[in-house]
Amino acid sequence: MLEVRELRHSYGDIDVLVVDALRVDDGAFVSIVGPSGCGKSTLLRIIAGLVAPTAGTIHIDDAPLPTTPGFAGFMPQHDRLLPWRTVRENAVLAADIDGVDRSVSSARADALFERFGLSGFEDAWPRALSGGMRQRVALLRTFLAERDLLLLDEPFGALDAITRRRMHGWLQEVLEADPRSVVFVTHDVDEALVLSDHVFVMSERPGRIVGAIEVPEPRPRPPGIVTSAEFVERKAQVLALLESSDG
Amino acid sequence: MSRVRSLVAPVGVTVALVALWQLVVQGAHVHPWMLPAPSSVASSGWESRSSIMTNAVTTIEEAVAGLVIGSFAGVALAFVISLVPVVRRAVWPLVVTSQTIPVIVLAPLVAVWFGYGITPKVVLVALTAFFPVTVATVAGLAGADPELIELVRSFGASSSQVLRTVRIPAALEHIVAGVRIAAAYAVGSAVIGEYVGGTSGLGIFIDQAHRSYRTDSMLAGVAVIAISSIVLFGLVGVIGRRLTPWRDNPTPENRLIGIDT
Repeated sequence: MLEVRELRHSYGDIDVLVVDALRVDDGAFVSIVGPSGCGKSTLLRIIAGLVAPTAGTIHIDDAPLPTTPGFAGFMPQHDRLLPWRTVRENAVLAADIDGVDRSVSSARADALFERFGLSGFEDAWPRALSGGMRQRVALLRTFLAERDLLLLDEPFGALDAITRRRMHGWLQEVLEADPRSVVFVTHDVDEALVLSDHVFVMSERPGRIVGAIEVPEPRPRPPGIVTSAEFVERKAQVLALLESSDG
Repeated sequence: MSRVRSLVAPVGVTVALVALWQLVVQGAHVHPWMLPAPSSVASSGWESRSSIMTNAVTTIEEAVAGLVIGSFAGVALAFVISLVPVVRRAVWPLVVTSQTIPVIVLAPLVAVWFGYGITPKVVLVALTAFFPVTVATVAGLAGADPELIELVRSFGASSSQVLRTVRIPAALEHIVAGVRIAAAYAVGSAVIGEYVGGTSGLGIFIDQAHRSYRTDSMLAGVAVIAISSIVLFGLVGVIGRRLTPWRDNPTPENRLIGIDT
């Protein structure tokens, strides 16, 4: 269980992020929705250990999170594939850093290429891939990091709507087969509601959590869920929260 | 097909210029000592082909040895400069200042220190090669994408792992570019070293042709220098592409003039 307590982050005198409490249960999928620049990416970077917060702590099972990065599987907004590594070599990047033998990590990766829709492209250079494929390689890399906690920062933000919907179904499948705790940052309300157990809504700067919506339906969820009455009502709630936090 | 077509324009221009040269020299009755016709340059080159060969081998050996030594020295210096800030502050001004001294000024001094064998020429080539390689490597190591560095750090990479996984591969294409620039100057620097004194080399060949008023032989030597430089430049390009297979292949036009991107 991950807990954010009394977290505050400022640049000079300006508070950019104030999060009193945020909890992610083991195996839960939590989304953070908010307008651009509300500090949601900063929050992920703080949890990833890449940015030291001005004040406050993050606990994992009641012990403070190590202050050096490496604890979580972080997937930034852009795929950030290393151009000089093939798809397979990119996928095993975290294992390389952990000092895992290549033969072990490659075998682990090879077992997943099919599920990630990448079979046949194991030895391709990243420049040969489409945007959606690059994104899947980045996600595979994050999964193969073998961290219990995944931090995904708008992983599908750069994709077109159709590819994005396909990726939603596919991400749920992957998580069903290999459950992890996920903190997912997005500004797409539908995306958050389809994927998450809990959706936290953040206000504009300084980013504060202004409300949380629970989505009780079991995962994975069919794409048609977006037209259900409950879904539409929850969407209205989230939009109202975003609206009320304006200005 | 497009590769062949890309050769048409440059080859055509070259042939046209040589033909013009031939016509002007014949039509205006220029004295062959002033400017021999390209046909006589070619025939004199053919006559002294064995001498040119022997001398070219010496010069190319000097150029390649100097290029290799200078490149390795340049990369090594760049790593020290990049990783140790004190060294950067102390050494960088000296490195830049050293480039204000032309090779032609250094050549006699290097001969004083290293004699008239192959060594001073290799030293001279290495001295000219190391600067572009150092500058390119320093820029490459410093210019690695900060987003990629953040990504590997997020997985807990140490600074030496960041160096291995991101900075060095990112610097590699810059290093290749630096070595290519150095390769373009390598044969010329070796020839300057030979002008100062020696027993073999294209510089010696041209100097002897000069003393015997054989302008046609001088020009034949110049042509061999140009061809050797282009071949060396192209060879470094081929090796560079092998070392960075993840990069896009250059278009045929760009490949011809050695531009990779």
